Amino acid sequence: MLNFLTSTVGKKYLMGASALVWVGFVFAHMAGNLLMFVSPDAYNAYGHALTSGMIIYVAETGLILALLTHVFLGIQLTLQNRAARPQRYAAAGSRSKGAVFASRTMAIHGTIILIFLVSHLITFKFGTYYETTVNGVVMRDLYRLLVEIFAQPVYVIWYVISLVLLGFHLSHGVGSMFQSFGLLHPTYQPVIRKLSWTYAIVVVAGFLAQPIVVFFIANEGR
Amino acid sequence: MADKKINLTLKVWRQRGPKEKGEFKTYEAKNVSTDESFLEMLDQVNENLVKKGEDPIVFDHDCREGICGSCGFMINGDAHGPQKSTTVCQLHMRAFKDGEVLTLEPWRATAFPIQKDLMVDRSALDRIVQSGGFITANTGSAQDANSILIPKTKADEAFESATCIGCGACVASCKNAAAHLFTSAKISHLALLPQGEVEAERRALRMVAQMDAEGFGACTSTGACSASCPKDISLTNIARMNREYLKASINRKEESGGGGDG
Repeated sequence: MLNFLTSTVGKKYLMGASALVWVGFVFAHMAGNLLMFVSPDAYNAYGHALTSGMIIYVAETGLILALLTHVFLGIQLTLQNRAARPQRYAAAGSRSKGAVFASRTMAIHGTIILIFLVSHLITFKFGTYYETTVNGVVMRDLYRLLVEIFAQPVYVIWYVISLVLLGFHLSHGVGSMFQSFGLLHPTYQPVIRKLSWTYAIVVVAGFLAQPIVVFFIANEGR
Repeated sequence: MADKKINLTLKVWRQRGPKEKGEFKTYEAKNVSTDESFLEMLDQVNENLVKKGEDPIVFDHDCREGICGSCGFMINGDAHGPQKSTTVCQLHMRAFKDGEVLTLEPWRATAFPIQKDLMVDRSALDRIVQSGGFITANTGSAQDANSILIPKTKADEAFESATCIGCGACVASCKNAAAHLFTSAKISHLALLPQGEVEAERRALRMVAQMDAEGFGACTSTGACSASCPKDISLTNIARMNREYLKASINRKEESGGGGDG
């Protein structure tokens, strides 16, 4: 099995498997965020419910392990790939015989997304702790923090850029996962590509709804 | 068709030998008939170079019919030039406009050391095939056509994979210089048929290991390989190779020492 895990084929299975964990997480996170459009209390209560059990530690451990695997192998594969082509071509090549933009730049947006992820955790998870009471239970008022943060144009711009890059990353990554797992067949090849883009657009649109709506409401009176 | 003549400027990679430093040199190709093939055009340029006492541009070629897999280099960054499903020997000058500037470069990959000018050493691909791209058992002489029944769809798929001519365009056009399309085509065309199925697992393990050992990159599913393949080998071959390799790795019993302890 060690031979499998160190081969270029096996490493892609691991890249895909670790990505799958985050593909699931990102969608759930996006869906949970949409609760803020229901009410601040619903949003805070959801966050409280998620963080109050032991399950959060299990989930976090899984996510961290998957992330480390993905980042570590990503770096290793990128270095391996560069070593396989040390000298680049002088001419760029046409589009008809080339690769789409997102697929050529996975390592670049991957790096920016990682930086975003760290800054995002600092801003929110480890950000200012406000308190509120919902139905008699004292809990963290994440909603208040969120409104404060997304009233700042700089943060909103950074958020939008990062999320668009995440969209590109997913648009190639989700479809590529099927290929790495060996699940590609001529009949559903086009379906997978569409599915990949649909997933990416839904996730990005869902996440972006939040900062954009908050930003315009917060800055309306000025 | 009227014989149209065009003039081109060629920027060609010149490199004396594997260890030498290369550089681009500019040549004029004048009065080129649009009915000529790309290699015939280069032959003309070379004739003029020889007349001037200069070293002709070295490039690999053999059948010039698009079936041997010998020829191939980059034209303006495209493997085998701008035309789809075409080897450079079957590319004709009508695909170009008068006055165009063309950059000609050899395949670039660590696993394909440049021999001279546009010619690279592709024996890494041969070594991948040698590691497992065959059937060990003697299958005898051709038998009665219908004695082994193979579903038409399988036969077609195997045949499509077998059309790979091993030219190396997939490696050349891949941003990672990966040989996954080549290796997967060679694995597929045997794995799909009953004669090849028996050794499918050992073949997948050995060929993938050899591919990695040669210093090719990893697949990132960009699809550039298939897009520039003169034989339109499909990306689904790579998925099949990944499946075969996973299956083989799980079932792997041991392939340690020589045989005998079966």
